[in-house]
Amino acid sequence: MPRMPLGLVPPLIVLLLVGPLLAGLIMALLPAFGYLPALGGESFSLAPWRALFDQPGIWRSAMLSLASGLVTTAVSLGIVLLFLASVSGTWLDKLIQRLVSPLLALPHAAAAFGLAFLIAPSGLLARLASPGLTGWERPPDLLIVQDPWGLSLMAGLIIKEIPFLLLMSLAALPQIEPARRVAMARSLGYRPTVAWLKVVVPALYPLIRLPVLAVIAFASSVVDVAMILGPTLPPTLAVSILTWFGDPDLSRRFMASAGAILQLGVTLAALLAWWGLECLVRRLGRRWIERGGRRAGDAPLRLAGKSLILLATLSAFVGLGGLALTSVAGFWRFPSALPDSLTWLHWQRALPSLGGPVLSSTIIAVVATLIATLLAVAALEKEQRRGRTASRALWLLYLPLIVPQVAFLFGLAVVTESLGVTPTHGLVIFGHLLFVLPYVFLSLSEAYRRLDPRWSQVALSLGVTRGSTFRRVRLPMLLAPLLTAMAVGMAVSIGQYLPTQLLGAGRISTVTTEAVALASGGNRRVIGVWAMLQACLPLAGFVMAVGLPRLIWSHRRGMQGSP
Amino acid sequence: MSAFHHLEIEQLSIRLHGKPLLSLDTRIGPGEVLTVMGPSGSGKSTLLAWMAGFMSRDFEASGRLRLDGRDITALPPERRGIGLLFQDPMLFPHLSVSGNLRFGMPRATPDKQAAAQDGLARIGLADFGARDPATLSGGQQSRVALMRLLLSQPQAVLLDEPFSKLDSHLRHEMRQLVFGHLRDAGLPTLLVTHDHQDAEDAGGRVLELDA
Repeated sequence: MPRMPLGLVPPLIVLLLVGPLLAGLIMALLPAFGYLPALGGESFSLAPWRALFDQPGIWRSAMLSLASGLVTTAVSLGIVLLFLASVSGTWLDKLIQRLVSPLLALPHAAAAFGLAFLIAPSGLLARLASPGLTGWERPPDLLIVQDPWGLSLMAGLIIKEIPFLLLMSLAALPQIEPARRVAMARSLGYRPTVAWLKVVVPALYPLIRLPVLAVIAFASSVVDVAMILGPTLPPTLAVSILTWFGDPDLSRRFMASAGAILQLGVTLAALLAWWGLECLVRRLGRRWIERGGRRAGDAPLRLAGKSLILLATLSAFVGLGGLALTSVAGFWRFPSALPDSLTWLHWQRALPSLGGPVLSSTIIAVVATLIATLLAVAALEKEQRRGRTASRALWLLYLPLIVPQVAFLFGLAVVTESLGVTPTHGLVIFGHLLFVLPYVFLSLSEAYRRLDPRWSQVALSLGVTRGSTFRRVRLPMLLAPLLTAMAVGMAVSIGQYLPTQLLGAGRISTVTTEAVALASGGNRRVIGVWAMLQACLPLAGFVMAVGLPRLIWSHRRGMQGSP
Repeated sequence: MSAFHHLEIEQLSIRLHGKPLLSLDTRIGPGEVLTVMGPSGSGKSTLLAWMAGFMSRDFEASGRLRLDGRDITALPPERRGIGLLFQDPMLFPHLSVSGNLRFGMPRATPDKQAAAQDGLARIGLADFGARDPATLSGGQQSRVALMRLLLSQPQAVLLDEPFSKLDSHLRHEMRQLVFGHLRDAGLPTLLVTHDHQDAEDAGGRVLELDA
């Protein structure tokens, strides 16, 4: 590494993440109270709030957002913990784990399209059951997707949050030695699943609390999934805000800003409610544990753990398979389970318009990920050289994952507009960096800190310089986790909808913005093409991240497992 | 490796959170092995870390470390000229055997390939240069680690229980090899160990630290 002042990196990271966040929040807060000179708001007033609360269904929107944040998180976490408790190393467990991991790379929108295709009245499930079971000769007039209660929205989110929470838990587990804990409990007569829930979960939860909070914040404020699966009359709060901001009547922006602040409040309320739930569960859980029951319910718990996660995972895969099939389907009458013919027509038609968005997505993802990786590696290297104490300010890294995107991105767009920055790829990359950097750092720090410090001590004591030790020892030894972190970063970037849409002012289109834009149109063939593309792009990154180290280190047995 | 070196620890005193941990004042001559023994918590590894330049910031130390009269107390680890052998051979898994040897050679070494070849021959592993270190036995890996250390031309050596993980039948043989090479090179050596047999084979002074 060139002689770079490493000491400046952690403050730079904090500035890079917290600066835009604060600026964005302030520029949402001021217009929410009527102040935005550029649009003629010269004095403070409560008019935007009055307008907001006059909107029909505004409270229902807010409650929908709150509920989807809490329900999604509770169900996903419950399924993940039940599954982990039921794992006994069978082939089924290994298969499930292997199936779940790639789902992490799947953009939220693609998963949502897959689910929509599965459960829609004319979807795959209805086709399989018709006309035999249902008697339907034509798609029934049911509101399954975009149901008013937001159930399909929550289901779509759960499918995507399960892999996230599962991988976060798997990464944290080794620290608390679950095998020894369970062995101890079993020697006291506890059945394995009950033992896991009673002695591992209490130690595991504090370690995955931050990712859990991030899921609450995300699910209570998501835009793209809610546009595809969420209710429409009224939509969730975040979607309403997006509509108001896009309104040609610029005065609506004041109301939209008030909405953004309300969204911040809704997410905060969801986090507070979760905190209350935590206290309740802790109290009830302690009573349950201390009562000492050790056998009852083991089999049903185990069955539930495996079947629920299998259901969620299979839904994702079957939905994706269905999308792939639709994208090449010719004529496909309703009750038939398979299309009458296959055709490349939809792909051929889409082909001329694919290139631009694919290129944009790739450039933005690659550049944002490279910058994020460089910063994350520099910060971690600095930490190593100083002797292991993590810079305390770095917890701020997680702020962009907890503060809802809708709440500060609009304000940030206002800031860049007023600074006269034109919407370019550069600006969008900067926006993506806010979300890519935390994930890259999260993903890399574990491996970086776990690498035995004696490796660099040996190198230094052989007279090799620090820079050279970094280049010739740490970097090659950490190649696999480094590439994985980069693949994670790319996947995060490719899946971003709101930052691209807002900072690009609608002028920069990626595979994700294109796919989401099609949601309202309902042309399932074209949606299939774009959703497939959206799903495959991040997967390519992961294939490289897994394949390259194996190829490079094929003659080095010591490099085959991850370090 | 022609010059003979000596190492001086002058009025060293190490404290942990203000409490004195150990104090030492001694000289290690060319080819001499000073063995430091003591229970865990006695400060053996801290002493080693201080000499190598890796001491954690939790500790404070006063005193000087001199190599051939030159004060190296404040130098970073890579400029001290002090080599290290750990419990594990720590051969870099991403380099070949010969790559590991070349890794530590001083930049000015004229023909590194030939020097590596020569070094391998001296430890009875002449044809092992292109091998993946992970395919070597534990004893072979230890010998490569020793040769990597010697080829980096250190002026003093620290041994951190380097024989404790070897099979017992290999241990004696390996001690002879290590001490023999270090003595021939005239390197002052500090050995930290639990094993009295190590101290006996080293044949030098033994220093017992209290807990």
